[in-house]
Amino acid sequence: MSETAVREVEAGRSVRSLTYGEAVNAALRRCLSELPETLLYGEDVAKPGGVFGVTRGLRRDFGERVFDTPISESAILGSAVGAAMLGRRPIVEIMWVDFSLVAFDQIVNQLANVRYVSRGELAAPVVIRTQQGSAPGACAQHSQSLEAFFLHVPGLRVAMPWTAQDAYDVLVAAVHSDDPVLVIENRTLYTGKQDVMLDGPVQPLGGLRVRREGTDATVVTWGAITARALQAAEALAGRGVSVEVLELPWLNPLPTDEVLASVRRTGRLAVLHEANVTGGFGAEVVARVAGAGVALRRPPLRLGLPDSRVPAAPSLVAGLLPDAERIAAQIEDLTHEN
Amino acid sequence: MDTGGMATGGTATGGTDDQVLADLREVWRMRAFEEKVRELRLAGDAVGSIHLGIGQEAIAVGAAGLVRDEDAVFATYRGHNWAMACGVAPAALFGELLGRATGINGGRGGSAHLTAPAHRFFGENSIVGAGAPIAAGAALAGRFDGSGRVALTVFGDGAMNQGAVHEAMNFAAALNLPVVFVCENNSWSELTPIEEMVRDPRLHRRAAAYGMPGERIDGNDPAVVRERLGAAFAVAREGGGPTLVEAMTARLVGHYIGDAEQYRRPGELDEARRREPVVVLGDRLRAAGVGEDVIDGAERAAREEMERAAAEALAAPLADPANVKEHLYV
Repeated sequence: MSETAVREVEAGRSVRSLTYGEAVNAALRRCLSELPETLLYGEDVAKPGGVFGVTRGLRRDFGERVFDTPISESAILGSAVGAAMLGRRPIVEIMWVDFSLVAFDQIVNQLANVRYVSRGELAAPVVIRTQQGSAPGACAQHSQSLEAFFLHVPGLRVAMPWTAQDAYDVLVAAVHSDDPVLVIENRTLYTGKQDVMLDGPVQPLGGLRVRREGTDATVVTWGAITARALQAAEALAGRGVSVEVLELPWLNPLPTDEVLASVRRTGRLAVLHEANVTGGFGAEVVARVAGAGVALRRPPLRLGLPDSRVPAAPSLVAGLLPDAERIAAQIEDLTHEN
Repeated sequence: MDTGGMATGGTATGGTDDQVLADLREVWRMRAFEEKVRELRLAGDAVGSIHLGIGQEAIAVGAAGLVRDEDAVFATYRGHNWAMACGVAPAALFGELLGRATGINGGRGGSAHLTAPAHRFFGENSIVGAGAPIAAGAALAGRFDGSGRVALTVFGDGAMNQGAVHEAMNFAAALNLPVVFVCENNSWSELTPIEEMVRDPRLHRRAAAYGMPGERIDGNDPAVVRERLGAAFAVAREGGGPTLVEAMTARLVGHYIGDAEQYRRPGELDEARRREPVVVLGDRLRAAGVGEDVIDGAERAAREEMERAAAEALAAPLADPANVKEHLYV
């Protein structure tokens, strides 16, 4: 970070050129600094600095509040629940979202029930950082996109920041929240510098990003695949089709009103995610639009992994996940009048 | 610390007569509470699956005086005794089991998910073994908040075969956390004998594998429990980390109310009833010359208290569905 240009934009804030991973690190550093009750722990996060280097330097600078754990997801998550009940603010890392499945009990049965069953006598301000998604050569147990599992659980907030700025802002907001929050990152986003404004005010949970304005169709998307939605929209612009791209850094709370407003204007809806289509959270977005009585000019389009396991070989994965051209073709078809 | 044997009343004095009588009164309060719960369940006033700890009260009674204000207790769905040991009012417990607005959780917890943090009772857990890692977290918090907290987590013999318990024990041992792991071994993992589900039924011996002390004790004698759990609390408070205590006991009733208990061995319950806490404590008082009227008085007072508490709960309004979605989020 030291070699990056820093320009002060106003007192106490600065814009730095950071990777997504560095932005996460900066958010953790800020939270560890301003919230003494925070703890940061997980597998290999402290002395090794994380398998992706995201937590590098934090053990050195914050001491025993940052520590390594056994490879024990139930113990990591369960201890976070207990520590949070007793006044700590644990930030724990589950190295790959796939690993959360061995400790799903601690998230669904335990963490999400703390506030409700105790009628607010207890809170569980736990942040679970994890990362997911397909990347070349990753095996079937390191490639899944599982956000829908967690979005089925009331009591749990879920975010999937796409930009480095949102990686920073979402994580700061999550750690300051007294609700349990699952922040799902994506390792394919960790590299590549972007301008990130640090030290801004803590933002409320929720909201969406209009990544591209358009008039003919609304694409609702989140996570790394947002880039393909924007590439598709750009390609379609050249063919005279104007696509609005809404990117949702927060899925719970879901910015339903903003989505409805866009779809009311365009009259066409596509949802796009890297997760499987059936039971994917895009289906919920479609249902919200349908349930609100928004008149669609064409049936809604659901784009995602076509209900498949995820293979390891890049050529096989490429055959499953829609690329920008396939996305563009389907959205273009959506915009044709019957 | 693992002697391979079992600490019994032979090594504990049993305390003063006053202590023994106080223990008997507490055992009877728990017993009378649960027998009233069973009556309410069979009458249909309480509904759903309810798990009683009748016969196992001495463990909670022995632990009660060891838990300080800063400590935290984590129990299982067979946890009414532990809620009472932490000082939760019986009327608030009846209210919870009866779905009343006055219940300790306003009807959100029920029999199997009671939670009373104001009483250091951080909850029952309906998932076998799930409380153990949560307790480790409570102990972890104490490392940073200066409280000196000890976390006690209690679970059954069946939970010893849960991965979460293994993870919690290793986690607590590796991080040297002040956790007292209490295994209430009633010999039945729900409806299945523990000795058929493990190669070595001496469950406390697993402690050695985690590098922590472990011992088997007589869980039907509050004096033994007080002494041996007290030693574990002392180790934890002195920075010595976790301990596993396997408290041998017997569940004198089914796994849940309505369990036909066809799995019981012939004579098993008769034998267990000869060694249960009410008998252990009553015999000790008689041997010390305490009169039957005093001994009987413990039961009588407990039953009267629980009748009053149950009546109070039954008279309370039902939990209000208008509030059912409150407290999901901040």
